[in-house]
Amino acid sequence: MTAATPTAEEQHHAAGDAHHDHPPFLAHHFETPQQQFDSGKLGMWLFLVTEILFFSGLFVAYIIYRTNHPEIFKYAHHYLDWKMGAINTGVLILSSLTMAWAVRAAQLNQKKLLVWMLSATLAFAGMFLVIKYFEYAAKFEHGLYPGRYNVYYPIEPGAVSAAAVETADEDPEAALEDYKKVEDLPAEQQLAGHDELDDHHHGPTGDAPVNTHIFFGIYFMMTGLHGVHIVGGMIAIGWLLFRSVRGDFSSMYFGPVDYVGLYWHLVDLIWIYLFPLLYLIH
Amino acid sequence: MLNLVATQMMTLLAESGGSLFFPEANSTVAGTVDNLFDLIFWISAFFFVLIVAVMAWFVFKYHRRPGHTEQPSASHNNALEITWSIVPGLILLVIFWQGFTGYMNIRQAPDDAYEIQVLGETWNWSFTYPNGHIDNNLHIPVDRPVRLVMQSKDVIHSMFIPAFRTKMDVVPGRYTEMWFQAQRPTGEGIDLTGHQPHDLFCAEYCGDGHSTMNKKVYVHPPGEFEAWLVDAGNLLEKYPPAEAGEKLFASRGCKQCHAVVEADLGRTMNGPPLLSGGLAQPRGGFGTAQQVSSGRGAAPETITIDENYIRESIRAPNAKVRVGFKAVMPVFGSERLSDEEITAIIAYIKSLK
Amino acid sequence: MATTTTRDAFSAADEPHHLGEHYLNCSHGIGSWIFTLDHKRIGVMYLVSVFASFFLGGIFALILRLELFFPEQWFLSERDYNHMFTLHGAVMTFLFIIPSIPAAMGNFILPIMLGQKDVAFPRMNLASYYLWVFGAVFFLVALLTSGLDTGWTFYTPYSSTTSESSVIAATMGAFILGFSSIFTGLNFIVTINTMRPPGMTWFKMPLFLWSLYATSIIQVLATPVLGITLLLLIAERTLGIGIFDPENGGDPVLFQHFFWFYSHPAVYIMILPAMGIISEIMSVFSRKPIFGYRFIAYSSIAIALLSFLVWGHHMFVSGQSAMSAVIFSGLTFSVSIPSAIKVFNWLATMYKGNISLNTPMCYALSFLFLFAIGGLTGLFLGALAVDVHLHDTYFIVAHFHYVMMGGTLIAFVGGLHYWWPKMFGVMYNETYARLCCLLVFIGFNLTFFPQFVMGLRGMPRRYARYVPEYEIFHQISTVGALILGFAMVGVVIVLIYSLFRGRKAPDNPWGAATLEWQCTSPPPHHNFEQVPHAGPPYDLKAFKYDSSIGGYVPDPKARRAGATDH
Ligand code: HEA
Ligand code: HEA
Ligand code: CUA
Ligand SMILES: [Cu+2]
Repeated sequence: MTAATPTAEEQHHAAGDAHHDHPPFLAHHFETPQQQFDSGKLGMWLFLVTEILFFSGLFVAYIIYRTNHPEIFKYAHHYLDWKMGAINTGVLILSSLTMAWAVRAAQLNQKKLLVWMLSATLAFAGMFLVIKYFEYAAKFEHGLYPGRYNVYYPIEPGAVSAAAVETADEDPEAALEDYKKVEDLPAEQQLAGHDELDDHHHGPTGDAPVNTHIFFGIYFMMTGLHGVHIVGGMIAIGWLLFRSVRGDFSSMYFGPVDYVGLYWHLVDLIWIYLFPLLYLIH
Repeated sequence: MLNLVATQMMTLLAESGGSLFFPEANSTVAGTVDNLFDLIFWISAFFFVLIVAVMAWFVFKYHRRPGHTEQPSASHNNALEITWSIVPGLILLVIFWQGFTGYMNIRQAPDDAYEIQVLGETWNWSFTYPNGHIDNNLHIPVDRPVRLVMQSKDVIHSMFIPAFRTKMDVVPGRYTEMWFQAQRPTGEGIDLTGHQPHDLFCAEYCGDGHSTMNKKVYVHPPGEFEAWLVDAGNLLEKYPPAEAGEKLFASRGCKQCHAVVEADLGRTMNGPPLLSGGLAQPRGGFGTAQQVSSGRGAAPETITIDENYIRESIRAPNAKVRVGFKAVMPVFGSERLSDEEITAIIAYIKSLK
Repeated sequence: MATTTTRDAFSAADEPHHLGEHYLNCSHGIGSWIFTLDHKRIGVMYLVSVFASFFLGGIFALILRLELFFPEQWFLSERDYNHMFTLHGAVMTFLFIIPSIPAAMGNFILPIMLGQKDVAFPRMNLASYYLWVFGAVFFLVALLTSGLDTGWTFYTPYSSTTSESSVIAATMGAFILGFSSIFTGLNFIVTINTMRPPGMTWFKMPLFLWSLYATSIIQVLATPVLGITLLLLIAERTLGIGIFDPENGGDPVLFQHFFWFYSHPAVYIMILPAMGIISEIMSVFSRKPIFGYRFIAYSSIAIALLSFLVWGHHMFVSGQSAMSAVIFSGLTFSVSIPSAIKVFNWLATMYKGNISLNTPMCYALSFLFLFAIGGLTGLFLGALAVDVHLHDTYFIVAHFHYVMMGGTLIAFVGGLHYWWPKMFGVMYNETYARLCCLLVFIGFNLTFFPQFVMGLRGMPRRYARYVPEYEIFHQISTVGALILGFAMVGVVIVLIYSLFRGRKAPDNPWGAATLEWQCTSPPPHHNFEQVPHAGPPYDLKAFKYDSSIGGYVPDPKARRAGATDH
């Protein structure tokens, strides 16, 4: 992200470069500001492509497990609170808006507005994380940790692997049997008990499909990685904020704001896919 | 040195029926595979020789020397380019097609195939026959399609029998299968001494013992297979306990990890040796006192190797693990080794010196 | 990314150009190297690092080859052997061969070939190097703690559950190295797109740049998938999320799909830049313009794109459906055609040439020989029925060493000899360099040819012990590996010796027409004062030999004719 922006030292260098009319923000190896801007923009787009491919691995895993085991997803998504998810979607859309506005402010030389819009974006991002924190906390409280730490839907020893039952039809009786296995576990492992969970989360009662924990594995991987990207974006925006307060950007030079803006929209976009895929399953 | 190489090559040639390239072939699909290999080989050889010859010729003809300079010639030629794209393309199509049809033959077992259940585990194979007999080596009748239904207990393994030109991964959590039909017996006699069995390898890396997870394939002549199966299934009745135990010890894979002859003491094996004499080696034979530990971090205790310890080590091998060894021995429940069979094995271990 | 204050950022601009000042001596001190943003110094640091990795990997190879001298145990336990081949494979692929040509040679040459002062994002370039270092440290940590024994392919469930080695440290290392590779690729794409000099249209780009461009596309598109795969593997091992491990409900074959989705394209990350080097060398040392320029350029792109469709050919017997196996087999063959096109065009380039057998050309010819074998044996593996027998035998091991070592490494060393005068301003001893080339060739074939035979005869790979019938092949192979090892040491000695005793190199020792030969040897700190105008890249007629300087100079008579040629 920072790659195309010159630092003080390069600015100094460029300024001392008498036989070029290099403006201070133009790195020494570029000929024109336009070339520098195009490079930065292309670089950012390529970076976004890598990001999309990075997440695509998770989406592929999601699709495979969902097509092979719709029952797990239908069953387990009830544990997610769609209202929280919806609020978060709104928050991120707003933050995208303020970010776009910030880019525009930079282009139009509105330095005050730029500072305000960046701050607003940062605030929305923070809000998103706070809400996410509460969602996670609610899961952890009930022992819905990822993978083998999931005390509520523990990995069942001897359960058929999800991969193996690809073709086998859902067998309600077998599912019940497996469910019983969970019930037979010592009380401390069952923890939080059904009733309490139901009160809080309208969680379904009845037969949990085998390997329900996989849903939570995927859920935590996807939202967790997305969260890491939000944090990364916040760092980048914070750095823009610092530089905009310092007055680095103008209608001549706003590349970095533009690039980070692109990144931020992508992160929002990914959430817009995650939300229905995880929270709204029918 | 060269002499040695030459003689070794000659013996190899003799052993594999005259081919330096191919191992011996003994299945209905092996011919197809070898023929396709030969086809690709000759195509490749043609192109390779062509390329190297042209290269050598050009170097010879146009190398830099006084009085020689480059001469003008076209820098591109679309007709040529298209030719040398299309011609290899067509050749490749032929190769692809043959590979495809051959592959379908290798994958699709005939309906009337004789079925054997296979279990792969680190680092042992077991074959379960329809009568319930479990063996460590693969025994099959000649001239009859055989289908292996394979599963793995732990990691991925791969069943590879070079002489049959076939291979299939054995994946935990699902069944995979393969089939073949042998064309020649590997020898005669149910005591197996008259056989020269084929190799059977584990071809997918599966940890420490991967390279020792290999067994033998015995192809029995008509009629003999059934006799062998009956005999193998009735070990306990036909032989005195120690002798039956010895056979079980070999056929169930114990030998894979435990040394029972002096010669094996020098090798690193995954399990403790079971000989009792002498003190130079960390032996584990019957009646000796040994240090064991019951789990990671647990303080070692000293016990005597007796009937009960051996029995426990078979039924619940990780309860007390010999110090200096890892808890890698698979569990043998009663479905894999009956109480009577364990008794026979104990009798055999007692007989080891 | 660090903000740096180094002298070299100022010097070239503040002071007028001193005679004899170049990128190596324009600033001094360790700080001027480790904080440098100069693509040439970063290239040199990469060069040293990847060569160190190669020797580390080579030492593992020698150890494992020695152990295989006898069928029974000699000096390595089975477990130690498994560590050896895993570390050998992982170091060679992740630390050595993937960054080798692009990051070391590409970094040095690409901006100069474009007549530019640097790549588009110099700071990202340095970051890429430090990510490499960081990733390498993780590998070393894995090596020094409990090693690694999963094979370079990290197959689950062995890697996620059973293995007791430092899988997490090593996967973290590979993950970080992936980002290093992405950074390099991204940088190159942007540089080539936005910074071509006047006169250099897409189809007047040197073929080395085309090949780097194709490579970078793969790096950018495939590596992120490796990243997420390794992350999921780490999550599987630490948390048991149940995606890859059957014990937790996952599918181990899915891991293989993910892994090969990256790792097959990765093999073309290895070979494409090598092919680019060969295109340059073939033309220059035959003193002929490259034959079929456009076809070579297009075939690089075709290989890059097709490479994403064939990953399943590593999984013909993994339990994937027969249908997908057939599709993958068909697609596999389609990738061979662009490679064939290249080979034929290289041959045609030599036609009616004036071929000089300097060391780079010797390596290029050696490449043709070895890559033809390696590539053609790929056809056996693509053919379904045959691959069922050959999969996971030494035939595979031989195939990929012929393409990776016989292909990429040979081209890399060839390219190194080709650009060495430019990089360090000295000429090496031709006689010794050619002798080493010959020795490498002999040692290589002795090592890996027997492996085809024993693989076909059924010798499985990753075997610490083997049945005695393969003994003779293993013994020849081990002897070959020792010769190869000595030869490689020789190559390095000849090159290093030249740094101290080598004749000073002229600016254009081989008479090549690409831009890097138009600046001094070694290049000044900023390569060019002004971005030069690029002529046709293979217009070799425009240069004539000047025996007084032992190199080529522009030929004023030919200049005009050449300029209108294309
Ligand atoms: C530099 C790396 C590199 C390159 C370039 C290639 C190139 C090719 N590879 Fe290879 N391959 C590997 C590295 C590479 N490979 C590695 C590392 C593995 C094993 C990984 C592991 O399991 O650890 C592997 C494994 C591998 C397999 C899996 C085998 C198995 O595990 O069962 C297959 C199967 O199809 C395959 C095929 C091919 C093909 C068809 C090509 C083609 O691209 C080759 C094209 C080239 C030519 C065809 C030769 C040149 C042309 C001519 C001489 C003209 C005449 C041509 C015709 C008539 C067509 N390779
Ligand atoms: C770029 C990639 C690359 C390169 C260059 C090499 C180079 C070599 N490899 Fe490679 N190899 C792989 C990539 C590579 N390998 C991969 C990916 C695997 C698969 C791993 C797996 O299965 O997971 C593999 C596996 C592999 C095996 C199979 C192991 C097995 O399956 O059990 C073998 C066996 O012979 C082998 C041998 C060699 C040898 C002898 C060299 C030689 O070319 C090395 C030459 C270099 C040197 C020898 C070092 C230089 C000299 C010194 C350090 C000084 C000391 C020397 C002397 C005094 C003589 N390699
Ligand atoms: Cu089992 Cu390898
Ligand atoms: Cu491949």
